[in-house]
Amino acid sequence: MSTVLLIFYILSAFTLATAFLTIYSKNPIHSAIYLVLCMVSIMGHYLLFNAQFLALVQLIVYAGAIMVLFLFTIMLMNLNKEDEVHKPRMTRYAAVIIFILLCGVLTYVFVDTKPIMGEYDVTGQDFQSIKVLGKVLLNEYMVPFEFVSILLLTAMLGVVLLSKKEKSTR
Amino acid sequence: MEKNLVLIVLLAPFIGFLGNVFFGKKAGKGFAGALGTVAVAISFALSVYFFLQVNQTGKPIAVTLFDWITVSNFKLDIGIVLDQLSLLWLLFVTGIGSLIHLYSISYMHEDENMHKFFSYLNLFVFFMITLVVGSNILIMFIGWEGVGLCSYLLIGFWYKNQDYNDAAKKAFIMNRIGDLGFLIGIFILGSMFSTLDYAQLKAAITAGNVDTAKLTVAALCLFIGAMGKSAQLPLYTWLPDAMAGPTPVSALIHAATMVTAGIFMITRLNFIFDLTPLVQNIIAIVGAVTALVAASIGLFQNDIKKVLAYSTVSQLGLMFLALGFGAYNVAVFHVITHAFFKACLFLGSGSVIHAMHHEQDMRRMGGLRKIMPITFATMMIATLAISGIPPFSGFFSKDEILLTAFHANIPLWIIASLASIMTAFYMFRLMYLTFYRDFRGTEEQKHHLHESPSLMTLPLIVLAILSLVGGVISLPFGGSWLNHYLAPLFSGSHTEHHLGTTEYILMAVAVAGGLIGIGMAYAKFLKGGAVPKEDHEMTGLAKTIYHKYYVDEGYMALIVKPINGLARFFRDTLEPALSQLVFILGSLANGLGNLGARVQNGSIGLYLFAFVIGFSVLFIYLFLA
Amino acid sequence: MENILNHIGIENYLFLSVILFCIGVFGVLYRRNAIIVFMSIEIMLNAVNLLFVAFSTYHQDAEGQVFVFFSMAVAAAEVAVGLAILVAIFRNIGSIDIANLKNLKG
Repeated sequence: MSTVLLIFYILSAFTLATAFLTIYSKNPIHSAIYLVLCMVSIMGHYLLFNAQFLALVQLIVYAGAIMVLFLFTIMLMNLNKEDEVHKPRMTRYAAVIIFILLCGVLTYVFVDTKPIMGEYDVTGQDFQSIKVLGKVLLNEYMVPFEFVSILLLTAMLGVVLLSKKEKSTR
Repeated sequence: MEKNLVLIVLLAPFIGFLGNVFFGKKAGKGFAGALGTVAVAISFALSVYFFLQVNQTGKPIAVTLFDWITVSNFKLDIGIVLDQLSLLWLLFVTGIGSLIHLYSISYMHEDENMHKFFSYLNLFVFFMITLVVGSNILIMFIGWEGVGLCSYLLIGFWYKNQDYNDAAKKAFIMNRIGDLGFLIGIFILGSMFSTLDYAQLKAAITAGNVDTAKLTVAALCLFIGAMGKSAQLPLYTWLPDAMAGPTPVSALIHAATMVTAGIFMITRLNFIFDLTPLVQNIIAIVGAVTALVAASIGLFQNDIKKVLAYSTVSQLGLMFLALGFGAYNVAVFHVITHAFFKACLFLGSGSVIHAMHHEQDMRRMGGLRKIMPITFATMMIATLAISGIPPFSGFFSKDEILLTAFHANIPLWIIASLASIMTAFYMFRLMYLTFYRDFRGTEEQKHHLHESPSLMTLPLIVLAILSLVGGVISLPFGGSWLNHYLAPLFSGSHTEHHLGTTEYILMAVAVAGGLIGIGMAYAKFLKGGAVPKEDHEMTGLAKTIYHKYYVDEGYMALIVKPINGLARFFRDTLEPALSQLVFILGSLANGLGNLGARVQNGSIGLYLFAFVIGFSVLFIYLFLA
Repeated sequence: MENILNHIGIENYLFLSVILFCIGVFGVLYRRNAIIVFMSIEIMLNAVNLLFVAFSTYHQDAEGQVFVFFSMAVAAAEVAVGLAILVAIFRNIGSIDIANLKNLKG
């Protein structure tokens, strides 16, 4: 067993465990923390792939911005003390069954497709360094790139409007 | 040109109707009366013109207006045929009609709805003319229905009284029962011969090779229609109740014109009835029995108009008796003379009622002879005519009927003679009670007694003269003009009654019978001074006959109440049940909808579930199946 | 540069991604707290991103990673707007239990 494989297994276990704990824990703040850890582990996966840019973006955007946003919202709504009512028993069992079903279906489908086709080729040249990525982004994907900026602008506007407090009557 | 004149004959009364409907109220009573009378008088004048023309040339005038129904092999067009028969009817319908219009100007003078009255009268004359001049049975039926409608409108003219409305309804509904028979007869004839035109029917039937059984059924159905319209047993009870209408209405419709429509129809279709001896026998028997029964009821009536009504039913029975023997011209003769004297009698009774301030009970009258001489004289002439005393017109026509009956069927002759004797009796009873001895009414009424104005007495005089001399159109000796005139219409050979000893003896017997009736009435009411009992004093047989043998009550119990019960059942049981059924269907749809709506219960969790399940199913279907 | 997949094998990444995705679905169906539901959606998105990068390495092509880039941008926008809506709902109703969001009923 090579080192890489071992690292992979440890990282995957960590990812799956934190993901599961996110859902399972009662306290939302704990869930958020677990999710942060999950993001970090996925960053680890990206690093394994030598996708440095994406790894850092993952850290900054997901773990840094999105999860912080989540935490802010949780604290805003003061969900510290968790007294959530569970869904009806029937629904919970159904959820488990669906989970198993979906797992099975998707696994079966993907296994069936035989993704492995022999040796993994190596082009030898750099295909994912930030330089190449930047070139690809700004050459072929220029337009979506610009549109993303507009999307972010729109999202910002929407968010500001949505969370504006109404003028108080008193 | 001729076509236009023919159209004027038909349409003048209709224009009179429209004029009175739209302008009558505003233009005032004088205008309404004048318009009505002039409209009918125009028709009468033109009828005279056409009559003279056809009498001379012997050729009928036929005018086709337009095609009405054209369906595969069945063709029907709107046409007018003025042949000898229709012209005869036109003459006395429009003639007596105009006299009665003239009379009504004075009689209805105090009524506020006079314009409405004249509009209805004109409408009636229009429909009667339609009935008479149509070229096929369907146009006759249109006129038939129309006169029934106008009869309803006119009987219930004083609509504020519910009894009159009931009488009008009764008349209309009984007519309708007859009309059903008429319609079935029309359908059978139409299906048998693919035509309803008189000329074509006559050609088809006389050509021979006709299914007599079906024709008998058709003829019977047609006779049922005639029974309804001309008030024969058992559909006669509407006519006495129809006396609820104003007297001119009774005179015009229920004496001279509408009730003769049945006889007109049978005479028109004589070629059908000639081939069905069974139906002719039925007609004769029904006619005779009606004559007797109605006469017997008339013996005990105390309302002056009811006596005349039953007298009308009885005389119509005699006419049907003649028709039953195939003696069409005899029946037509009696129709004409009866129109004269019955109209005169009704108008005279109207004059009496007018003077008595709408009192109609003969037990309160008496001694009016000195106060109303013209009315008395004219009514006496008409009464002598109806009793069959020579040389008045009634004698000749009734005698012809009795002669025909004697030669054909002795028992029916006996019944007819009995009816005639009774007729003489009760008519003179009417005269004695009304005009002779002393006045039996209140002082108040006595003050108001007066002779009627000239607009009312003039028609009386004209009609009395006609009742006197009307017999000349068909004298038994020297060739009857009427028989000769109507000969082209009837196929049977009509041998003139050879005036032998039998005939003279029979004539004497008839006259004697009439005199016996008069004598009995004289003895009881004039000499003896008897006055009929009050209603609550009557007993026994007299009471039964006075109450018309309780026939009305019988109809009520046997027919009207069950039908009402059926209607009530439908209204109270069936109809709610059906609406419940509809409601149930509605609530069923509602329930199904509610079931379906449960999917959309708004819970996001359910939606997400559905989402995921759908996705998995899709996946399974696409990639694994 | 050696292809790391020579050591790990693409099927491992497939399974990992699939299981992570299903955990996300499970979270959406299982919890009633709207915040946790959002987090589960983030898990799902991450699973997909991971798979994209894996295949990008498999084909030695940068386009997979470009897509991940865009996916992350969209995810960020989506989270922002979603949380803003959630805050608005919280202000109106007082709880973020998704069982209370039943106004679309019928």
